[in-house]
Amino acid sequence: MSKLNPMDPFLKIYLDTESIRLSSGTPLADLVVTDIFAYTEKLAERVVLREDSIQTNWKDKIDKLIISRVFGYPLMLLLLGAVFWLTIAGANVPSEMLANLLFAFQDILTQWFQLIQAPAWLHGVLVLGMYRTLAWVIAVMLPPMAIFFPLFTFLEDLGYLPRVAFNLDNMFKKAKACGKQCLTMCMGFGCNAAGIVSARIIDSPRERLIAILTNNFVPCNGRFPTLIAISSIFVTSAFAFSQSLLAAGMITLLVLLGIAVTFAVSWSLSKTLLKGEPSSMVLELPPYRKPKIGAVFYRSIIDRTIFVLRRAIVVAAPAGALTWILANVYIGDVSVLAYTAGVLDPIAKAIGLDGFILMAFILGLPANEIVVPVLLMCYLATGQLTDFDSLFELKKVLLANGWTWLTAFNTMLFALLHWPCATTLLSMYKETGSKKWTFMGFIIPTAIAFTVCFIIAQVAYFLGLA
Amino acid sequence: MKLKSGDSSNALKNPGRVMREQFGIRTTGEQYVIALAGNPNVGKSTVFNALTGLHQHTGNWPGKTVDNAQGNYSYRNKSFLLVDLPGTYSLLAHSVEEEIARDFICFGQPDAIIVVLDATSLERNLNLALQVMEISSKVIVCVNLIDEARKKKLSINFNELQKELGVPIIPTAARNGEGLQELQSAVYTMAVEQKKTWPKQVPYSEEVERAINALLPKINELDLARVVNPKWLALRLLDSDISFIETISRYAAAQKQTTVALQDQWGELTL
Repeated sequence: MSKLNPMDPFLKIYLDTESIRLSSGTPLADLVVTDIFAYTEKLAERVVLREDSIQTNWKDKIDKLIISRVFGYPLMLLLLGAVFWLTIAGANVPSEMLANLLFAFQDILTQWFQLIQAPAWLHGVLVLGMYRTLAWVIAVMLPPMAIFFPLFTFLEDLGYLPRVAFNLDNMFKKAKACGKQCLTMCMGFGCNAAGIVSARIIDSPRERLIAILTNNFVPCNGRFPTLIAISSIFVTSAFAFSQSLLAAGMITLLVLLGIAVTFAVSWSLSKTLLKGEPSSMVLELPPYRKPKIGAVFYRSIIDRTIFVLRRAIVVAAPAGALTWILANVYIGDVSVLAYTAGVLDPIAKAIGLDGFILMAFILGLPANEIVVPVLLMCYLATGQLTDFDSLFELKKVLLANGWTWLTAFNTMLFALLHWPCATTLLSMYKETGSKKWTFMGFIIPTAIAFTVCFIIAQVAYFLGLA
Repeated sequence: MKLKSGDSSNALKNPGRVMREQFGIRTTGEQYVIALAGNPNVGKSTVFNALTGLHQHTGNWPGKTVDNAQGNYSYRNKSFLLVDLPGTYSLLAHSVEEEIARDFICFGQPDAIIVVLDATSLERNLNLALQVMEISSKVIVCVNLIDEARKKKLSINFNELQKELGVPIIPTAARNGEGLQELQSAVYTMAVEQKKTWPKQVPYSEEVERAINALLPKINELDLARVVNPKWLALRLLDSDISFIETISRYAAAQKQTTVALQDQWGELTL
């Protein structure tokens, strides 16, 4: 507004309009766009004759259902839940098989090390540190990814994702952000760094920045295994079938919470640091296409699964070795690991975690994938349980280290809300070109994660629930 | 600025010509400026190239990096300057491209605006045509890609469309040169012979119309009818489009200056 002279008649009339706009119930700008579209639809209907109208009608009917006010959201939730359920239910068995196989090989490795009479520390670093972490990363991450990514790519190729953006546009408008942000969030499900780069599709710099700063609240592929593992263990039911359903429900709930936080943060940013009104957008809904199954598998397995897994392995190997060393280097009679965890413990306890969990999250900064493996390393290296050879033991280990439902719940919440990984932060810096905004991208989620977990933990402690 | 006496009468009639220079457009003598608008990927550039042949050069808009092609062509001994605007879905100006297209249509005072539509998705494309028709009455709608529409077994009732829109409708398949003669002829009729059209306006819902009517008296006080369609300005105000309000304030000031300058000169000439 500064460009206008305060005496300018245009500014006066602009301010007059303000009162008219505010007195109207529905935003008039939206109404104008809706009117134009309604009119063009009627016009086109009158002048265009489709000879293939039967087929188009069929597709139109599906579209009417998918983007309808009544069925749009429930369908979306159902689909999201179904994808998670398929992932959890389908990943269980292969995960266990992989774990058995890889941990059996660990025993063989140990025998070889004993055979050549290698020093204990070498066996520790390489086998108990590096190999065991790697085995964990692969056993826990590979099967869910190999199921989740093809399903997701399938929906993408089908043309469903832009329709999700269409459904959510209204909500983004209310949060004063751009509807296209939804597409960047969809990318974020795969990888937040990719989601942040994809924010380039948003024209307005203000809205792009909002999309970049909030992308972290959709759990990326590196964090899904953490959520899946913990919810599979702690959301218990008597029957295997309903157990996986419940676990899927839990994850759906967490994702919804992440989306709610996205809206809340977008809205607060629009009211404070990034003031402004949302811009209208034209989103072309692509026709439904039959996805090419071969292409779906190739892209999801080669481009996504293998890519993410490779990244995890590259980070997990040194992290595993480092954790083992920290756990086995003693100052006095306390290991460095236990000492550091002890320092973190008071803060961690206040937010319903423990020192080791918080440390695993800190060590997981390079890649969130390694949080659970590092955490297990910590527990196994310091606790009584030193032998660990099955996925089912996970719960035993956690319970032995004092986990309650609150620990599990808050760990999942913290995983969902905490700071972005190093790659994501780097992408933020590259895209915004600003240290200040990169720092905001770090501090906003961190503050939210601590606050939310703190409140839940304190309420639970106060009520004596945990 | 020096004007030849032959030009000044024309310029006084249409001071917007002087404003065109702000868009990097320089016409030589009696040249008609034709704007080419349309959604992305509707064959706008094909129409452009088909009309201008090889006589095209590209020019930049002031301060923008978006390239815009300008090219000349002659028809019935008249010279036309065709300006290819960036492809946009609307003129509500939420991107640089939309802002450029909107400002040129609004303030560049083209002698005719060709809006190119994709015949295979008229519904989406018509939206831009209607928005342009809100700003200007010098609109020719070119329904391109009719060859593809035929392939997709779509038939379009062009007579009905012309009746509904109230502006000339020219079906083309620019790739094969189909309909280009008719397009040139329609441009000639509009730009040279100044034939009037009666573009139909979008019927807005009651609430919007009420707001427009509340604003119109205030807008009319500003005496802008020659710069911009008051109803369109009212709509932009309702859209709280501050960037447009700033732009129009700038152009209104520029226009006032030019008109005064030209009137002075005219006065000297008649003395």
